[in-house]
Amino acid sequence: MSNKTGVQIKKKKQRNKIIELGIITTLVIIMAIILPSIIPAFRLRLIGRFLSLAIVALGIDLIWGYTGLLSLGHGIFFALGGYALAMHLNLQIPEGQIPDFFNLYGVKELPWVWQPFYSLPITILALVIVPGIAAGLIGYLVFRNRIKGVYFSILTQAALLVFYNFFNGQQKIINGTNGLKTDSSRIFDLVVSSAGVQRTFYIITVISLVLIYLLCRWLTSGRFGRLLIAIRDDETRVRFSGYDPTGYKVLVFAISGAIAGIAGALYTVQTGIITPSIMEVAFSIEMVIWVAVGGRGTLIGAILGTMLVRLGQTFLSESFPEIWLFFQGALFLIVVTVLPDGIVGWWTSYGWDKLRSLLGLKPSLITYPSLVEDPDVQQERKEMSEQ
Amino acid sequence: MSTLIEGLFNGFSIGSVLLIAALGLAIVFGLMGVINLAHGELMMLGAYATFVVQNIFKPLGEPWFSLYIIVAIPIAFIVSAIVGLILERGAIRFLYGRPLETLLATWGISLILRQFVRSVNWLLFISIGVFSLLFFGGMELIKRRSDWERIKNKVTALLLVLSGGIAIAFYSILSNNLALTKAWFSTRNVDVTAPAWLRGGTDAFGFQIPYVRLFIIVLTILCLIGVYWFLQRSTWGLKIRAVTQNRTMSSCLGIPTAKVDALTFALGSGLAGIAGCAVSLLGSVGPNTGQNYIIDTFMVVVVGGVGNLLGTILAAMGIGVLNYLIGSGTLALMFTNIKAPQAVLDFFFFFATSSMAKVMVFALIITFLQIKPAGLFPQKGRTAEL
Repeated sequence: MSNKTGVQIKKKKQRNKIIELGIITTLVIIMAIILPSIIPAFRLRLIGRFLSLAIVALGIDLIWGYTGLLSLGHGIFFALGGYALAMHLNLQIPEGQIPDFFNLYGVKELPWVWQPFYSLPITILALVIVPGIAAGLIGYLVFRNRIKGVYFSILTQAALLVFYNFFNGQQKIINGTNGLKTDSSRIFDLVVSSAGVQRTFYIITVISLVLIYLLCRWLTSGRFGRLLIAIRDDETRVRFSGYDPTGYKVLVFAISGAIAGIAGALYTVQTGIITPSIMEVAFSIEMVIWVAVGGRGTLIGAILGTMLVRLGQTFLSESFPEIWLFFQGALFLIVVTVLPDGIVGWWTSYGWDKLRSLLGLKPSLITYPSLVEDPDVQQERKEMSEQ
Repeated sequence: MSTLIEGLFNGFSIGSVLLIAALGLAIVFGLMGVINLAHGELMMLGAYATFVVQNIFKPLGEPWFSLYIIVAIPIAFIVSAIVGLILERGAIRFLYGRPLETLLATWGISLILRQFVRSVNWLLFISIGVFSLLFFGGMELIKRRSDWERIKNKVTALLLVLSGGIAIAFYSILSNNLALTKAWFSTRNVDVTAPAWLRGGTDAFGFQIPYVRLFIIVLTILCLIGVYWFLQRSTWGLKIRAVTQNRTMSSCLGIPTAKVDALTFALGSGLAGIAGCAVSLLGSVGPNTGQNYIIDTFMVVVVGGVGNLLGTILAAMGIGVLNYLIGSGTLALMFTNIKAPQAVLDFFFFFATSSMAKVMVFALIITFLQIKPAGLFPQKGRTAEL
């Protein structure tokens, strides 16, 4: 008897997995193959940007939704990844020359920071590893001392400001406030802003989003994921159970930073420029609200929230630039007070059942397997049905 | 020697601005654990209040005009305190015990306040008045019904939609009237001119001390004394300290904790208003003024430790002095004088701009937190968790 329920649950899990895989494949086909051929190039570029922002939202969900660490400084890692790729693209010039903007500041030799970015493989490696290491370092220095909660948020925000100041001030190294342009650069002898290259970047973005979604899915579903949730819910208890949360927190923060780096690189090539303004305080807090709107602790919510908020922003700030900030402020307040679990959380806890009852279906009951397997309960049920 | 004294004085004057801005934040954070990201915007409101008072006093002529700043300080305090009170009652009190959510909510408030200052005009002002009158008036009327508890949610939603709709309709009908839609402040920065007796400065120790800086230092000291007196000597101060130490116990002993929360938040916001008044004397004021101070003031609170005035003072002064000494190049010059090795000189000259000084100070703060993670004077107690 007990085996039967166990097998049933296993079967159901397998079925759900197949359904999820099917949905993902259909979405990928729609996004990567059908969409590029039906909508105009500049709209596609816009959607590509949103999708790369959805990647960073996944990273934020990993640390905030699952581990309970609210980072207000993800702009740093986003920018680091973006700058890495932008530097590589700026170096695609004839041998012996240096990028034009160096002449403005009288720099004759390429700074040493730029040297490794001549090669594409190193650049790709760097845009993952550099933000990852930066995040790991910041995380280690903070978590080591059991600094957490709002203190952590504020320190990440201060770190963001520091990086912003640093990038703004270093004109001789990375062109300061003006940032690096990528649109007119060439990659594999093709202009970056041309339609074909942009479409390729779009498809790469879709694929990266899926891969990173699967990575996060894998991370959060197993033992590691359960430990992250445990750290979120009661860190002291995790420590008393013999785990050291510091290592896990540093690791997950580093992963999140690396994800943000990838997102930043993809965002940069589809925007055409990266400037230190990407590290403004407001932008990093906005990233958090995407996750909050979609539903923290649900990966699909992070993607959904990003797309919804960004689409809404594009639409509203085009038609009512005046009230956009009012709207955004209200969004923060509403999400926090009325919709703490976001759209996906609301749907799974309330909306789905409501829809079922509207359609006249029975509400699905959630019980523990041990309860279903209990012989007493089964006996009762039998008697009930016989009556 | 005189460069060092000058550096110290300038550092202290930066520190005193930080301190006066961080004072309210430290009280609010210490008592309620609320991270108020809208604190900078409350400062900004205080600065705008000063601007309005100045414009009212301008037509009155000279003997009165030079006194406007004395009137502006309490007005700035009251304006910010009232706004703070509305925020606490309207949003923040629902979020106690959820600090990260409070942080996001106050960020939303800060966005709204920034845009409000940009686009406020008589029409918007009146429309908000109409909305409040309809919504809260309606709520009061319906609250008297006996079945209030049952219909609460539906009525609230209905009233919100109705009064919102009427207010928006009112706004759009009158939006052609130019006299009503002229923005009060617009998006441009406004300038507060210091009264004549605050302009100029005095020569001492071989350098110029601007009167404005002295005024801010004196104002900070007065605020400190006031806050200290209020917290240590008054009945409400006693209640505030009791709630800081043990909220549940205080509540059991009959202290109205909700009132204490509201009062504390209003006090903290009011102090932000005074800080805004002080800041307005230093340069022009815009909707984004608050953003320049918010992170530095949080750093002061983090370094100083929660719920301790002395820690806040020391942290503010320390950060102010370090910022100035590194940023102005005073430190680099001193090392040149004592003929330090070239590498050390290069290092200090690299950081000798005001933005790079912040990088250095942040690194120092992180180093400091490795030694004392809970700030200068951590709260002692049996709770393992904050």
